[in-house]
Amino acid sequence: MYDVAIIGAGVIGSAIARELSRFKLKILVLEKETDVASGTSKANSGIVHAGFDAEPDSLKARYNIAGQKMFDALSEELDFPFKRCGSIVAAFSSDELPKLEELKTQGENNGLNDLKIIGRDELLRLEPNMGKKAIGALFAPSGGIVCPYEMTIAFAENAAENGVEFLFECPVENAVKTKDGFLLKTGLGEFNTKILINAAGLFSDQVNNWLSENKIKIIPRKGEYCLFDKTEGALVGHTLFQLPTKMGKGVLLSPTVDGNLLAGPTSTDIEDKANVATTREGLEEVLAKSGLYTGGLPLSKIITAFAGLRAHSITDDFIIGEAEDVKGLINVSGIESPGLTSAPAIAKHVAGLAAEMTAADKNESFKPRRKGIPRFRHMSTDERKALIAKSPDYGQIVCRCETVTKGEILDAMRAPLGAKNLDAVKRRTRMGMGRCQAGFCSMRVLDIVSEELGIPIDQVTKFGGNTRLLIEKNKATI
Amino acid sequence: MQVDLAVIGGGPAGLAAAVAAREAGIEDIIILEREESLGGILNQCIHNGFGLHTFKEELTGPEYAGRYINKVMEAAIPYRLNTMVLSISPDKKIIASSGQGLLELEAKAVILAMGCRERPRGALNIPGGRPVGIYTAGTAQHFVNIKGYMPGKEVVILGSGDIGLIMARRMTLEGARVKAVIELMPYSGGLNRNIVQCLDDYGIPLRLSHTITEIIGKERVEAVKAARVDENRRPIYETEETISCDTLLLSVGLLPENELSKEAGVKLSPVTGGPLVGDNLQTNMEGVFACGNVLHVHDLVDFVSEESEQAGRNAAKYIQGSSRAGKGIEIEATGGIRYCVPASIDPVSMEESLSLRFRVGDVYKNSSIALYLDENRVINKKRPILTPGEMETLILKKEWFAKYPNTKKIILKLETKE
Repeated sequence: MYDVAIIGAGVIGSAIARELSRFKLKILVLEKETDVASGTSKANSGIVHAGFDAEPDSLKARYNIAGQKMFDALSEELDFPFKRCGSIVAAFSSDELPKLEELKTQGENNGLNDLKIIGRDELLRLEPNMGKKAIGALFAPSGGIVCPYEMTIAFAENAAENGVEFLFECPVENAVKTKDGFLLKTGLGEFNTKILINAAGLFSDQVNNWLSENKIKIIPRKGEYCLFDKTEGALVGHTLFQLPTKMGKGVLLSPTVDGNLLAGPTSTDIEDKANVATTREGLEEVLAKSGLYTGGLPLSKIITAFAGLRAHSITDDFIIGEAEDVKGLINVSGIESPGLTSAPAIAKHVAGLAAEMTAADKNESFKPRRKGIPRFRHMSTDERKALIAKSPDYGQIVCRCETVTKGEILDAMRAPLGAKNLDAVKRRTRMGMGRCQAGFCSMRVLDIVSEELGIPIDQVTKFGGNTRLLIEKNKATI
Repeated sequence: MQVDLAVIGGGPAGLAAAVAAREAGIEDIIILEREESLGGILNQCIHNGFGLHTFKEELTGPEYAGRYINKVMEAAIPYRLNTMVLSISPDKKIIASSGQGLLELEAKAVILAMGCRERPRGALNIPGGRPVGIYTAGTAQHFVNIKGYMPGKEVVILGSGDIGLIMARRMTLEGARVKAVIELMPYSGGLNRNIVQCLDDYGIPLRLSHTITEIIGKERVEAVKAARVDENRRPIYETEETISCDTLLLSVGLLPENELSKEAGVKLSPVTGGPLVGDNLQTNMEGVFACGNVLHVHDLVDFVSEESEQAGRNAAKYIQGSSRAGKGIEIEATGGIRYCVPASIDPVSMEESLSLRFRVGDVYKNSSIALYLDENRVINKKRPILTPGEMETLILKKEWFAKYPNTKKIILKLETKE
């Protein structure tokens, strides 16, 4: 019998797990994919929103503002990359200027006191590559950028180190209310839990609707992105936004915390919760709209494109709290933008709720700090020498584009909740994320993963399921 | 640590350059190679056809590499394997990383021989899923030829450059079904003999003036959509058809790998992506030379060897103290010629006989290659056909500059009988 079971190891589930591990509780996280951050958490803008965009008095506003403030301390404590680079909402015509004022007022109503309306001169000073059409902007210095999957991994690893159990490739097929809590029927067996936290993202409506009469509906809202080479990473210095519409914050242009340039997302409601394909129209829209900021983009420097699905609730706000008609079910649903920003604050709140509900004692041996994998690429010559002295594997560069060493790839598999496939290694090390997109390193990493995990090389997958890279030996079908 | 000559890359270019530098009298050489053996990309090119010019034989890639590796061994030229150069500073300080630690070198001369990389799917921005089963042709070649495993069974190949053609044959020989080779241009980018020996001989259809407009598949590639393109190479979406497959191989461009060169302050050609060099293959940075695919993408390794030997000889001269007095005369590549290597000539210091290597930007029938020293045409070579996929060579003689001593301009162009 678990005290708390969390469905979903995205950023929300992982952050909640970490906060819950501050208490003496038996906690289980159930994740249907092979790794944390396998859904929306790995395919979003990676923006820490200042909070001017959220409607005042909404849960989005409350958690955005509270969450945003927590990133400096958290990123240091849990060792994930974060940079408070500032946000700029650009106006491209004079009738957009009053809307900037409205946004500023909204932001101030949400508690932000450092917002500024700036004219073109100041805008060009902040962003020298701004194009001719931008006439003014709202400047929010507290906005930032973060690596959303490294953040998720950091939360999850810390949770695991503090005693939380994680089960992967464990889809929950049904949940029923029992006398003492809930019975979960999963692909890996049945589990009982007192409290059930529904952080199932795109499928959080399904989980809730198994149990509650108050139905939730989640609409997958697709966002497509284009990612540019790091050579373009300094084209802009802040996250650039257009004026938001009711479909969302619009197509932005931003440096990423790793030094690339990111353009996107679009916003299109779809039906299939598993459809993360990019589309011709979507990519054209990304490039057309993000090109507005600088008056053009270095299209030959695109290195990849991707799409993610927002878990949009038809209520237009987060759904956070105990289900009215199901004691012990805590829903954390509809977590679309500003979900990433809100995650630390949501986690604190939900963990507090669950701890109260279980009258939990504090976990005296809670370890708040987590150290990630060493990042050879960021190190000085002396630091690199010291690292290689620890193990020669750190001297062997495997991913040339991102300067990732064999030592880091091994660490990715040896960490708590270690990587079991190439994409999991990629998210932990950046191997394969460079301009050659794993063309050079795939074969090398296959060998390293095969050896470390003790599996035949043709069993290594890209992301589990039917994603083996090597199908059969040469001439097998002859 | 000081060294006279550091050669970055131990593939065919680096090997030939190092051997030539040794033969020219340089003792203190080091070859830095990131793979676990010398030989470079030739190690995975197990088909033959290499060395027709150099050795008058048809060798496989590893055999050709082996000839130069033997020379390196016989000459006992020092080399480091599993060693990746991390940086080259403008004053030729090199930092390289390996399991033994960081190697810090100060070189009198550097030869850049890093080769090139393949353009991936992402750079083409082909929409669709991101399933497993999408590889550049070279990556697939490594899986098949080095690891002995097939990345898939039903293959579509985008790009009819040599690597795509070679892999069409390769995959077929190992039991896959190659359903089509899709080519954007109205002509193939590869050598003619490869079209015959890799496609025609195996009944693999070549779809010219087509491109891939979408990749379908969530976990594994399930199909691709291909469409005809118009005269501007834009897809005609009404002609889209779906080809089922489990693997997509991309042979859509080789890019000289010059990240290190940029760091060293080397000026690159916007056309080739490789360094701009003079007739001695020296870049704008003194004592830094370039050769092989890092300089410009070659079709025949024989020319890589020739070019790299030239670089080795010139690096040796530089180390031995001979300096260059004047500035070079830029070669203007125009009228259908996309680029020329070298980019400039110094008529005083050049060798007696110099190879000019260039490519045209389109298919040209019945034209002439002309080289002018000011208004004086010194070369007029008729060519029944010129294609972008086949690098051309012209020999430039030093004695012509004696004939036209005040030459201000060198122009290389195509002339058609009109």
